[in-house]
Amino acid sequence: MTSADYLSLVQGAGITLALSIAGVVLGVPIGLALALIRWARIPVLAQVVTAYVSLLRATPLVTLTLLIFFALPTLGLDIKPIPAAILALTMNTAAFNCEVWRAALIDFPRDQLEAARAFGMGPSLIFARIMMAQVWRTSLPGLVNEMTLLIKTTPAIAVIGVVDITRAAVRIGAETYEPLPPFLAATAIYCVIVLVFIRIQRAVEMRINAEARPA
Amino acid sequence: MIREFGIVLAHADKLASGLVNTVLLAGIGSALALVLGTLVAMALMARSPILRLSVQWLVDAMRCVPFLMLAYIVYYGLPSLGINFDNFTAGLAAIVIYNAAYMGEILRGAWSRLPPDYTQAALSFGFHGFTLYRRIILPPIMMAAAPVIGNQVIQVIKDTAFLMIIAVPELTHAASSIQSTYYVPFAAFCAAILLYWLLCMLVEWGVRLIENAAEGRR
Repeated sequence: MTSADYLSLVQGAGITLALSIAGVVLGVPIGLALALIRWARIPVLAQVVTAYVSLLRATPLVTLTLLIFFALPTLGLDIKPIPAAILALTMNTAAFNCEVWRAALIDFPRDQLEAARAFGMGPSLIFARIMMAQVWRTSLPGLVNEMTLLIKTTPAIAVIGVVDITRAAVRIGAETYEPLPPFLAATAIYCVIVLVFIRIQRAVEMRINAEARPA
Repeated sequence: MIREFGIVLAHADKLASGLVNTVLLAGIGSALALVLGTLVAMALMARSPILRLSVQWLVDAMRCVPFLMLAYIVYYGLPSLGINFDNFTAGLAAIVIYNAAYMGEILRGAWSRLPPDYTQAALSFGFHGFTLYRRIILPPIMMAAAPVIGNQVIQVIKDTAFLMIIAVPELTHAASSIQSTYYVPFAAFCAAILLYWLLCMLVEWGVRLIENAAEGRR
C-alpha cells in the first residue's frame, strides 16, 4: 500500500464519520418523536410506529439501502447514493433510538407529572422543563451505544457506491491485487472510531452518575 | 406494482433457496458460535489471569470490528494461509468467529450473576470437570441468557445480508439477482425484508417458549 492508498482510506473514514453523524443528528430526534407517539398512545399512529419499529429492527441495513437506492427511482424519485445512504442510516437508527427513548419515558415517575400539573404547568412546559431534563440523561448511554452499533453497520452503504472506508479498501485491494493489507488497515480505522465512542460513552456515564450523587 | 410482485412470485423458488441459505447460515452459525462462546465464557471466568485477560482482549477487539470487515479478512485472508474455502463456508466461518466473542460475553454476564454458593454446593456434592458445567453451571446460565442470545441471533440473521457482498447466495443476494434481471427492485427487496421480519419474529417466539419452559421448571 502506498501513502496515497492510506490517504484514500482516511478520506473514506471522513465519509463514514460524516454519514454516521448525519444519521445520528436526524435519527435521535426522529426516534424521540416516534417514542412520544407510542408513549402518548395516539390512536392509529402509535400502532403504525410499533409496526415500523418492529419491521426496521428486523431489516438488514444492506437490504434497506438497496431497496431505497433502487426502488425510489422506479417510484419517480431520483436519489443519489449519499442521500440514499443517509436515509437508510436514519430510518434504521431512528427505530433503535425510539426503543431507547421509550424505555426512559416508560420509567419516568408519574407523580412528577402530576405534581407539575398541580403547579399549573402546561404540557409543553412539563415536557421541556420536567421530562426532557431527566429523560435525556437516562437515555444518553443507550443512545451512544446505538451510535457505536450504527458505525459498525455503515459498511452496508458501500454496496451502492458510497466511497466510505469499506469501499476505499475494496478499491485499493482491487488495484494492488493484495486485498488483505487494505482490509486490515480499514479494520484498524473502524476500531479506533468505535473505541472513541466507547470512551465517550464511559465518560458520559461517569458524568451522569456523578451528577446524580447528592453533594 | 402488482405486476412487479407477480414477477417476484414467479421466481419464488430463487427467493426460497436464498431464504434456506440465510436460515442455514444463521442457524448453524449461531449454534456453533454458542458452543465456541461457552468455551470463551469459561476462559473469561478462568482463575488464570493470563488466560482471562488475553481472551478478554480478543473479545473486546472483536466487538470493535464491523462484521463485514471480518468477513472480508476471512474471505481474502485464509486462502493466503493456504486454507481454501468456498464462499458459503467462508461466510459461515466469519459468523462463527465473530459471534463466539459476543456469545462468550453474553454468557459471562449471566454467569457472573450466578450466586457463588450454587457452584460451591455442587462442588461439595462431588461434581467436577465437564459434569459440573453440563449439569450445574450451564443450564441456569443458558436459561437466564436466552432473551439476550435471541437478540444476538436476530443480529446474526441481519449480518448474513452482508455476505451477499462476497457472493454468498443468501436472501438479499437472491432478491438482488431477481431485481437486476427483471428490474423489479421494490417488490424484490420488500419480499426479502418481509421474510427477514418473519424470521426475526420466529426467533422472538422461540425465545418466549424457552422462557416459559424455564418459568415452569422453577
